[in-house]
Amino acid sequence: MKNKTNHKLLQIKDLKKYYPVTAGIFSRHVGDIKAVDGVTFDIHQGEILGLVGESGCGKSTLGKTIPKLEEPTGGKILYRGNDITSLNKKGLKELRRQIQLIFQDPDASLDPRMTVGDSICEPLVIHNFGNEKERAQRVAELMEQVGLEAGQAGMYPHELSGGQKQRIGIARALAMNPKLIIADEPVSALDVSIQAQILNLMMDIQGKFGLAYLFIAHDLSVIRHMAHRVAIMYLGKIVELADKNELFRNPMHPYTEALLSAAPSFKLKGKGRILLQGDVPSPLNPPPGCHFHPRCHRVLSICSQVEPQLIEQSEGHFVSCHLYKQ
Amino acid sequence: MKNDIVLKVSDLKTYFFTRRGTVKAVNGVDFELERGECLCLVGESGCGKTVTALSILRLFDSPPGKIVDGQISFDSLDLAKCSSAEMRRIRGKDIAIVFQEAQSALNPVLTIGNQITEQIKLHLPLDHTRTVERAIMMLGDVGIPSPASVMSYYPHQLSGGMKQRVLIAMSLSCDPKILIADEPTTAVDVTIKAQILDIFRELKVKRQMSAIFITHDLAVVAEIGDRAVVMYGGKDVETAPVSEIISRPKHPYTQGLIDCLPDSSRSKNRLMSIPGTTPNPMDMPPGCAFHPRCPRAMKICRQQEPTKTSISDGHSVSCHLYT
Repeated sequence: MKNKTNHKLLQIKDLKKYYPVTAGIFSRHVGDIKAVDGVTFDIHQGEILGLVGESGCGKSTLGKTIPKLEEPTGGKILYRGNDITSLNKKGLKELRRQIQLIFQDPDASLDPRMTVGDSICEPLVIHNFGNEKERAQRVAELMEQVGLEAGQAGMYPHELSGGQKQRIGIARALAMNPKLIIADEPVSALDVSIQAQILNLMMDIQGKFGLAYLFIAHDLSVIRHMAHRVAIMYLGKIVELADKNELFRNPMHPYTEALLSAAPSFKLKGKGRILLQGDVPSPLNPPPGCHFHPRCHRVLSICSQVEPQLIEQSEGHFVSCHLYKQ
Repeated sequence: MKNDIVLKVSDLKTYFFTRRGTVKAVNGVDFELERGECLCLVGESGCGKTVTALSILRLFDSPPGKIVDGQISFDSLDLAKCSSAEMRRIRGKDIAIVFQEAQSALNPVLTIGNQITEQIKLHLPLDHTRTVERAIMMLGDVGIPSPASVMSYYPHQLSGGMKQRVLIAMSLSCDPKILIADEPTTAVDVTIKAQILDIFRELKVKRQMSAIFITHDLAVVAEIGDRAVVMYGGKDVETAPVSEIISRPKHPYTQGLIDCLPDSSRSKNRLMSIPGTTPNPMDMPPGCAFHPRCPRAMKICRQQEPTKTSISDGHSVSCHLYT
């Protein structure tokens, strides 16, 4: 992580994605679901940034907004220093060669009527890669890289197991030699023994091709294993961002503390656990001030009035909480 | 049968006879549930843990499913052979179940109050006011704020965690002797998971309830289980107290399951993994079902099915390494 400034692959500045909520026969605009509400972070070349949060916190929307599968409502996305928020169709196609996605449910993201080989070949066709022979060669190469047997190219998704299907998803993402892969809960639908295989594969690929990952997950042990830096998201905002070891050793935000203590583990056995009360509030009508204050175990009177800012408390450790200097 | 054993499953075999072949979902499972203990059934998808639970309550469709062999002894009855009328009296009253997806387990067009009182009315001789009181009390017990008003809510007005609590309240409403929970924490978030596990822990202490907890998550087992049964390919491969399973796993499959968790204590670059995938229940490997994936497979594993061996008191394993 030397020369950080030179290696910024992706910079996200105050990114917002609102979904309008309408009511009545004239579709009156009554409010917004602020799925992503002012998120700022960078991803460096070859870095794995883990993004953690509970369901509904906006982590998947954020993942989809970066390659512009969702049009951002506000803010900037810079890829290698170039603003990509206002790219045209052609520019977008080029961008999406470089930024690829792996989705959670391999069953839902594969076409059941396409063979494995065709599925992997599809991105090559879309991006006009070589002639038929070169494409076939590339497919074979990709299948080998993700640990699929050549004989499986003619099979259909239903003939394969969940882990194998996720390997196809990875092969498709790798097809055009991307620089950044956004992996949205890539292992949460898999069994534990298969989960380990896929995590290992993703680590191998990352090392081999020097890829950067935005690794979205809700499972802290997976994030701890994979990520270099970790961002914690709550109701559309990043509440804490730090180096992995720093974050797990010294969590500063009360939400991070609670998350870390809530994860079941072999060692803790329920001792010293911070139990959060209630559920994540609706992003349509988030609590005023700090969004976390109704569930916070260290709440101050200021928390319900003023929204805290994400401030760097020590080198590389950003926290958005009134307990620390604002 | 010992006095403190409330449920004994022996050599249970539940097969599904489909047009494409026979699925041996549960193929010889043995375990005993002691009073007041939380027994965890652990395994990956397709290992037969859910079908085992459904077999206890006979909740699968028949045909195609059928309990072809074995006994489920409960209260001097054999649940594998009970009549449907007897089963109806037992379900919800003596043995209750909480399903994984609270969303699909609740009826979207009936209020919570309607759904929770239905079961109480069926099993307990209470008048309407007492039934409603009991329902409200149950909802309060599982930590639902203002339970009286939740009675008139519809499921969509509640969050996932709340729905899961409603299901737990519902299953407990007739004071069951045994509670079966099928992956109750799988579809919920970490912070909600912690809350739900906390409820179970409290219930165990308060009600001395016997529970069968089905999960694939060994960390959850470590949190709440007393004993664990590890299942693979429709069979129980290892049974032991939880602390023993986690610190001294004997079966190579159990060892693999523990080693492949990305737990911080062994933060190496690569995770251990179990090669291959779970076998197709229509086409089980001969001998020990785990041998194609086993790092310590021997010649005998391919030919002969291992039998249960007792390692120490309360710890048994089915593996040729220990025979």
